[in-house]
Amino acid sequence: MSLQVENLTVYYQTLRGEVHSLEHANFNLGDGEIMGLAGESGCGKTTLGNSLIYLAPPMKFIEGQVALDGEELPVWDIERMNEFRFKKISIIPQYAMNAMNPTRKIGKMISELLQSRKINYKELLSVIKERLDKVKLPHDVLNMYPIELSGGMKQRIVMVLSTLLNPSLLIADEITSALDVSTQKSVAEMIVKFRDCGCMKSVIFITHDVSILYQIADSIMIMYAGQLSEKASKETIIHSPLHPYTKLLISSLPKVGVKHSEKKLTGIPGTPPLLLNPPVGCRFRDRCPLAFEKCLETPPFVEIEQGHFLACWKEGAPYA
Amino acid sequence: MGRYFRRKLLIYLLTFFVAVTLDWCIPRFMPGNPIDILISRAGLRGSAVQTMYDYYTRVFGLDQPIWKQYLNFWASLFKGDLGISIYLFPTPVSKVIAGAVPYDLFLLIPSTLLSWIIGNNFGAFAARSKQLDNTLLPFSYILSATPYMWLGIILAWAFCIVFRIFPLAGGYSFAMKPNLSFAFIGSLLSHWVLPFLSLFIVQLGGWAIGMRNMIIYELESDYSHYLKTLGSPNRLIRKYAFNNAILPQITGLALKLGEVVAGALATEVVFAYPGIGYLILQAIHNEDYFLLQGCFLFIIIGVLAANFIIDIVYLLVDPRMRAGMQGETA
Repeated sequence: MSLQVENLTVYYQTLRGEVHSLEHANFNLGDGEIMGLAGESGCGKTTLGNSLIYLAPPMKFIEGQVALDGEELPVWDIERMNEFRFKKISIIPQYAMNAMNPTRKIGKMISELLQSRKINYKELLSVIKERLDKVKLPHDVLNMYPIELSGGMKQRIVMVLSTLLNPSLLIADEITSALDVSTQKSVAEMIVKFRDCGCMKSVIFITHDVSILYQIADSIMIMYAGQLSEKASKETIIHSPLHPYTKLLISSLPKVGVKHSEKKLTGIPGTPPLLLNPPVGCRFRDRCPLAFEKCLETPPFVEIEQGHFLACWKEGAPYA
Repeated sequence: MGRYFRRKLLIYLLTFFVAVTLDWCIPRFMPGNPIDILISRAGLRGSAVQTMYDYYTRVFGLDQPIWKQYLNFWASLFKGDLGISIYLFPTPVSKVIAGAVPYDLFLLIPSTLLSWIIGNNFGAFAARSKQLDNTLLPFSYILSATPYMWLGIILAWAFCIVFRIFPLAGGYSFAMKPNLSFAFIGSLLSHWVLPFLSLFIVQLGGWAIGMRNMIIYELESDYSHYLKTLGSPNRLIRKYAFNNAILPQITGLALKLGEVVAGALATEVVFAYPGIGYLILQAIHNEDYFLLQGCFLFIIIGVLAANFIIDIVYLLVDPRMRAGMQGETA
């Protein structure tokens, strides 16, 4: 197991109270696993990703344990985490296109960053060039300013930079969201390529686009309103999901061969609850076609089959 | 590159033309007549008044039609002739200004540069910690909102009247004649301290606030955040933030330096400090067209030159400007 997360709970401190953005997250990530993390906006995907690497106010650590390669991560301690960041755990942020200092040449910025982490830039230069080849960028970019590159190129540089020290875990946060479809695919494929050649061990690929996960992920985890709903292999989630939310989510994707002019795509009626004072029990209850009295209690996220985790009273009942 | 400078130069020339035209118009639109003041000061009576009036009007070229006066003005401007001061008749304007400019440079360059350097560092420092920010920032706001004149009067009252440490007025002791002795230089310095302080203190607050806001903005930017998630120490992040936040401050500094030749009117009036600001006030009092014109011309040239220099400095310090320029010529 490369990553083990137990009972991780993170709130946002706001003037109106605590926002329960991530509650009791329990999951594992195997070596070399690319896990897709999907869910609608505001369901806590980014909160989960950020809390693993940079848990800063207004985020507030409540409880939980995180272990990476068997070593405990002090996620609640901003200072102590510095030792792990970049070297063991790294991130390609949502804003990758603006992630570089606009007034420094890219090579200079990388060297200053490495120096500040007491790593020799010259020794790593050959690795950097090799990785630039992998993402099909000329070595010249090191002598350029970020403004001279396109958004996609900047994103690929951030990808190279974030994975430079071969971290055990890479968090890729919505890295395909701002791209056109063909670039999306090539970026996704590069993530797989990087994993295959050992640039990083495992990946959490955060996205709201389930279709891209189908192409690159090994497993998919679905979140809803700050809680984990279901985690299973890609095939299971796509073809035989159990959680009612997963089912509705998958069924609302367009399918090949279906004429949607004849058969309208259905969405999920209703909206997610506000997380400032979230309802007790299962948070999908109000929109769930299967809800019953038991759903007033929070369902546990349990393994019902090998590698298949589920948080639902009804669908989980036959396996209990 | 060449095209960029040609276009800039054209814009500056146009601005210069319009500004100088306004400069010529404004004194002439003032009510009153400078010749009357000159005559009354001479205490003439009877027919001599009319004779002298005609003489002066001819000497200053005020008898000619207004369009001709305007053309004459441009013609003599290119010859470097700014006319003769009415108030200090018959000293040429250029000589009057040349006598005042050293005082301005001596007063304003140190106060502007020092307040800029200290204010920027102070603002960047305050942005680091909440406590500093909460205590020093309101103080800076009060400083920057203080009128120069009011602070000048307070300083003059405290140090000249109550404590009697510094002299109250003038550029040097009235009992002395300018010479190169230690006594005279000492007198210059002791007259310089209070105007300097009043300018320095007010400007310091403004620079500090500007820098503090820019630093906070930069520290919240995406690149700062990315560096933090990569575990970079605060030192590097602050360095980047400072380097980027200083850019708008450079523009501000250039504009301020351009105004240096304008003197600091309020401060110079309070301390009767013999710079350009003080001259402007005297020129207005005496309806001295030529002196007023000359002072404003100096300001116009100063502001334009500073702007032009800053255009070039920006090309050197901000790669984004360079890239934009290359795109333009390509």
